[in-house]
Amino acid sequence: MKENLEKNYTEDPFDYGAVEEVLERYQDQKGALIPILQAIQEAYGYLPREALEYTARQLRIPLSKIFGVATFYAQFHLTPRGKNIIRVCQGTACHVRGGAKILQTLKEQLNLEVDGTTEDLKFTLESVACIGACGLAPVIMINDDTFGRLTPDKIAEILEKY
Amino acid sequence: MERRRILLCAGTGCISSGSLGVKEALLKELEKRGIADQYEVVTSGCHGFCEQGPIVIVHPEDIFYCRVQAEDVPELVEEYLLNNRVVERLLYKDPVSGEHIKNHLEIGFYAKQLRRVLRNCGVIDPENINEYLARGGYEGLKNALQLSQLEVIEEVKKSGLRGRGGAGFPTGLKWEFTYKAQGDKKYVVCNADEGDPGAFMDRSVLEGDPHAVIEGMLIAAYAVGADEGYVYVRAEYPLAVKRLRLAIEAANRHGFLGKNILGTDFSFQLKIKEGAGAFVCGEETALLASIEGERGMPRPRPPFPANAGLWGKPTCLNNVETFANIPLIFRLGAEEYAKVGTERSKGTKIFALTGKINNTGLAEVPMGITMREIIFDIGGGIKGGKKFKAVQIGGPSGGCLPEEKLDLPVDYDSLTAAGAMMGSGGLVVMDEETCMVDLARFFLTFTQKESCGKCTPCREGTKRMLEILERITQGNGEDGDLEMLEDLAVTIKDTALCGLGQTAPNPVLSTLRYFRDEYEEHIYEKKCRAGVCTNLVSYYIVPEKCVGCTLCARNCPVNAISGERKSPHEIDPSVCIKCGVCYEKCKFNAIILK
Repeated sequence: MKENLEKNYTEDPFDYGAVEEVLERYQDQKGALIPILQAIQEAYGYLPREALEYTARQLRIPLSKIFGVATFYAQFHLTPRGKNIIRVCQGTACHVRGGAKILQTLKEQLNLEVDGTTEDLKFTLESVACIGACGLAPVIMINDDTFGRLTPDKIAEILEKY
Repeated sequence: MERRRILLCAGTGCISSGSLGVKEALLKELEKRGIADQYEVVTSGCHGFCEQGPIVIVHPEDIFYCRVQAEDVPELVEEYLLNNRVVERLLYKDPVSGEHIKNHLEIGFYAKQLRRVLRNCGVIDPENINEYLARGGYEGLKNALQLSQLEVIEEVKKSGLRGRGGAGFPTGLKWEFTYKAQGDKKYVVCNADEGDPGAFMDRSVLEGDPHAVIEGMLIAAYAVGADEGYVYVRAEYPLAVKRLRLAIEAANRHGFLGKNILGTDFSFQLKIKEGAGAFVCGEETALLASIEGERGMPRPRPPFPANAGLWGKPTCLNNVETFANIPLIFRLGAEEYAKVGTERSKGTKIFALTGKINNTGLAEVPMGITMREIIFDIGGGIKGGKKFKAVQIGGPSGGCLPEEKLDLPVDYDSLTAAGAMMGSGGLVVMDEETCMVDLARFFLTFTQKESCGKCTPCREGTKRMLEILERITQGNGEDGDLEMLEDLAVTIKDTALCGLGQTAPNPVLSTLRYFRDEYEEHIYEKKCRAGVCTNLVSYYIVPEKCVGCTLCARNCPVNAISGERKSPHEIDPSVCIKCGVCYEKCKFNAIILK
């Protein structure tokens, strides 16, 4: 058992470089926990436990508090996410123009539930309250690209691009 | 020779419709024809008419082209720029008269607007401070700095400006409280956590005219005696964050931000804080907790932020649109500013028109205009010639108004009296295909999910309300449900800790007030007249209309439709999953909802 653990450790050591850099950047800034978490997520794609533990030790704040903040905000994720993040707008304008059907189609085509990630880590499916592109409703965003005036039959073609 | 100016909208709406590709094509085409030096191609902020994007306007003659794609560019250059022949097919086509309209001010969408706060949006390059300065930018600040702090506050009070973020608290009064509060350190905070689904005016202002917000904050800072400020902006608005960042850098370089601004003793530094996705952070005390790096949970007021805000210091907190109004007051003077509007609601308000309406987009109108004018004159009426049913105003905190309330003048007080509220100014228009019970359920799903969980009425009460609404929309509503809903709603309104909880029942209360019969139909007749609540509808093929084209049968995912070619088809209700695909595919309107 012990051998196993050590083996795992040497095979896949956690890379603390990025979190060290982030903490240095925000040194001495008041109330910087959220920007720190944002930067960690930017670097690792999600909030790895190791990085949060390290942050707690360095900033001398309890891990439970960091966990509390990380789970409060929709932006933060504690598990790895797909390479492409699909955000399906479920705002009012999209709702009355058929946003639910767009989400349903995506779920079917990716065989995912909301907040799920495909096994190949290619796509993560999320719903958001409003992207603010209501004029183009219904809308989805994939990474930073916005796709509007959607109908369910356009989805397959869009997914192809990624 | 003066160069002609070609404005390309680069708001988020137009960018996602392809405006950056149009820009590239245009620059290339101008280069190719050797006329690039005669034109100035400017990417501007949002024109508000997102429905028609990408939008291209050619000055000085002000020709308005819409839905322009990259492949249209060679024709546009050849025909219009070189030969002065207007490309008719790219002009806006009036949905009623079918006429093509050349000049944007003649388009119904713009004709009734009064663009004061949005006057620079879509006109200047928001990434270039010189364009803001050329249109009177930072003049308001210069005027304000000639006055004493109290005189500035007096001027804002005289203007009658009320907070544009929701509740409509008088801005001048808020400033006065912060000014009078004891403290060696004060802050000014701009609330740009625009989370209301269906509202995007703050984002457009930040994207299209970021300096106006900075100037407004500077005047506020001078008045209340603050030397530091934050803009708390949603991380979901990457373009707004980028343009604001550029604007802050430029303002620092030009001496509008930093130490000894314009040679006075007044100093102010401004920072951006990106939100992390929590609707409740639009509530002022939750927002301040979030800036401090905490969970964004509200706390009881008093003390109000004016006395104990960010890190316990006196803090003046206003919304984006409110700050964007301030430079105007100090450029025009309070009296001139207050000439627009009604007795108790001064100035203009920006509304985000969305839903089942022809012209979606942002419209700035004088207070006191009627809802009917906004929806039918500016919004161009209901999409597809359907019948108007209701307009939802003010987001998840607001309410729904029916047809008979459309002639109400739009101002803070009359909207509140009618059971809605100004809120942030989101207007979602609904037609007969929207189910009001489902809509109430939709909003409550949202507020319930966003409830921070701190106080019991909101955490538990909205959950119970949502359970009842879900039951009703699934066809399991019972006698007594509506009374229970009302009882819960009133209790939550009275006892919740913050604005989110106190207003969460509004969509339910207002739909119960105006559309009670629809609730009763769901409960007692198990019927959804809009055909939205799938458990309560069944699809049926009208034999007389069906020509037997087999399109529906071929598209049905569960093979519930049978029938011979060229003879009427039938749906087997025991197999049908009510997905509605047949209804959408049928070209003969032979499928109906029962």
